[in-house]
Amino acid sequence: MATHEHDHGHDHGHDHAHPTLPDEAGSRGYYQRMEIAVRELLLAQGVFTADDVRRTVEDMDARSPAGGARVVARAWSDPAFKARLLENGTTACEELGVGMGPTKLVVVENTPEVHNLVVCTLCSCYPRMLLGLPPDWYKSRDYRSRAVREPRAVLAEFGTAVPDDVTVRVHDSTADMRYLVLPERPAGSEGLSELQLADLITRDSMIGVAKARQPG
Amino acid sequence: MKAAESWSVAPAEEPRFAAGDRVAVRRFDVPGHLRAPWYIRGHAGIVERFCGSFRNPEELAYNRSGLPAQPLYRVRFRQREVWPDYAGPEADTVDIEIYQHWLDPA
Repeated sequence: MATHEHDHGHDHGHDHAHPTLPDEAGSRGYYQRMEIAVRELLLAQGVFTADDVRRTVEDMDARSPAGGARVVARAWSDPAFKARLLENGTTACEELGVGMGPTKLVVVENTPEVHNLVVCTLCSCYPRMLLGLPPDWYKSRDYRSRAVREPRAVLAEFGTAVPDDVTVRVHDSTADMRYLVLPERPAGSEGLSELQLADLITRDSMIGVAKARQPG
Repeated sequence: MKAAESWSVAPAEEPRFAAGDRVAVRRFDVPGHLRAPWYIRGHAGIVERFCGSFRNPEELAYNRSGLPAQPLYRVRFRQREVWPDYAGPEADTVDIEIYQHWLDPA
C-alpha cells in the first residue's frame, strides 16, 4: 500500500494518514511490521491468497451485536432453547444458524440475584462471532485491570448501579471459552415479538456493563 | 451433548478435579507464554465446572502440539480473598479459566 491516491479536499476531518504525505515516523510498530512480513511470506508461498485475507477481514467486519441479540431474544422467548444455551452455548447458537467456528461459548445468566460481567485481563478475548469486533474500551488496560479489581466502580461508571444484595460475578476470559451475558428480560416486554425484543438487547448488555433497554 | 464432552481434544490428560473441588493456583514464575493471570497465582477457589480438555496454549505458542490436551476448569474465587481491600460484598466472585497443570488440591 505504498502510493494510493484519491481526490479529496482538505479540512475533511477524518483521521487516516494523508496519502500524499509519508507515514509518520515510527507509525508502524514492531508487531505491525512483523504482521506485514509474515502475511507477505504466506502470500508468496501460496498458503492463502490476498483475496482470502480480504474476505476474512470483510467477514469479521460484517459480524455485529445483532447476532448476539437474536440469540438472547430467542432465549427470552423459548425456555427450552434457553436451557440448551446455558448447557452448551456453541451448539445452541448453531441451531439459529450462528456458526461459532472454533469458539466455545459459555452463556452466563443475569438474574435478580446475580449480575455477570465479562473481561479478558490477559488480552482481548471476546465473542466476536456474536458481537463483532470489541469496543476500544474493552481492550484498554484500564478496563482490563479494573473490571476484576473493582467491578462495581467500573459498572457505576457505565451507569449501572448494582445493589449490594446482588452478587457481582466477573468472568475473566483467559483461555478457550468465550462469554456472553444473557441479560435479564426487562419488565414490560411481555407482549413483544422476538424481533422487537432483539431491539432491547445491546452490545453492552451482553458484555455485562449495562442492562437491556426498557421497552418503549 | 454436554459441552465439555463435545469440546474436548484427544488425547488428553486425565482430569484430576471435578465441580465443587477446592483448588489452589500454583505460583509459577517462569519465562514464556503463560495463561494463568499473575493476580490469581497462589489463591484458592472452587472448581465451577470442567470445560473440556484443550491443547496447551503455553506449548502451542512455541509451535508444539500442545498434546496431550490439558483439562481446563472454570475456578471461582471470592473477591475478598483475591483482593484483601475489596470494597464489595462478601458474595462477589471472579471466575477464571485455569488449566490443570496450574492447579493443586487445596
